[in-house]
Amino acid sequence: MWQHFAAMPLLWILVTVAVYLAAGWLNQRCGRTPLLHPVIVSLSLIILLLKLTEIDYATYIEGAAFIKFLMGPAIVALAIPLYDNLHRVREMLLPLLIGCVVGALVAALSAVGIGWLLGADVTTLLSLAPKSVTSPIAIEVADKIGGYGSLAAGLVLITGALGCLMAPLLFKLLRIDDPAIRGFTLGVSAHAMGTAFAFEYGALAGAFSGLAMGMVGTFTAFVLPLLVEMIALTG
Amino acid sequence: MLAGLLMIMGCQLLGEALVYLLAIPVPGAVVGMVLMLIGLMLNGAVPEGLRGASEGLLRYLPLMLVPSGVGLMVHFELIARDWLAISLALLASTVLTFALTALLMQKLQSTRGGE
Repeated sequence: MWQHFAAMPLLWILVTVAVYLAAGWLNQRCGRTPLLHPVIVSLSLIILLLKLTEIDYATYIEGAAFIKFLMGPAIVALAIPLYDNLHRVREMLLPLLIGCVVGALVAALSAVGIGWLLGADVTTLLSLAPKSVTSPIAIEVADKIGGYGSLAAGLVLITGALGCLMAPLLFKLLRIDDPAIRGFTLGVSAHAMGTAFAFEYGALAGAFSGLAMGMVGTFTAFVLPLLVEMIALTG
Repeated sequence: MLAGLLMIMGCQLLGEALVYLLAIPVPGAVVGMVLMLIGLMLNGAVPEGLRGASEGLLRYLPLMLVPSGVGLMVHFELIARDWLAISLALLASTVLTFALTALLMQKLQSTRGGE
């Protein structure tokens, strides 16, 4: 009977939704700490469950693919909050564009550079490259350029948690008080998790963070594949 | 709401078509997002049904990431091999990106204010 249900998409959709709801509840009980982000907790628990029941990833994703499919439409839907925020900050567009381009390039190049110096595998490097980008875009980009989308998803989540954890200390050390700059910095370096965190500095910080996340995600999605192609051609 | 979902998937399909026709290595959904943004800027407002559909999708975005995240289980060997490089790269790169972006934005803002 177990074999019968394990082969049904229904079971894995149900497991994914149930575990995610439980993880969300746990995260709320723990004061919304980025360390116990619902996605990190969910994927750990589901991996554990699959290992214990000796189900392989291929079987799981056959069902869970129905949930994963919605990621594409959700990326398109990011245009709506992006449009809302774009409207609010039109007069500051040039500095924001500069910040986005520099931030996105520093994030990708420094991660790949350090990984390369420490002898990481090429696939690891290609999965590291989009680590500051919001997860759905990072997954798609990593798959496009020859990395692993799933590895990128994990690295993006760790980056987001790190960014949120170090934010209060870094803002203090660097003497950054402006909520707009705080928000923008969080969005550039810690994507959606940074944006959720930025709302603790107020609605303005949250808006700037969402804007930064959208801009960096879009810019990276267009530029990173081209950069990788150029490097592959010269090397 | 359903009309909004149709607009979203229409943009995604257009994005996928553009990526295929132009043979560019960009995710089709991201091109779809840019098309949607251009459409909204031309229209000058977000249609009500579209807002509802977008809020519904984005509310459950984290859930949609879980299936990909579970895929980490196939890469345990790679992670075991590269964990030190990965950890140091993530940590150093996040501090660097964070500090540089914050300082750059502050610099840009103070030059603008001084004009």
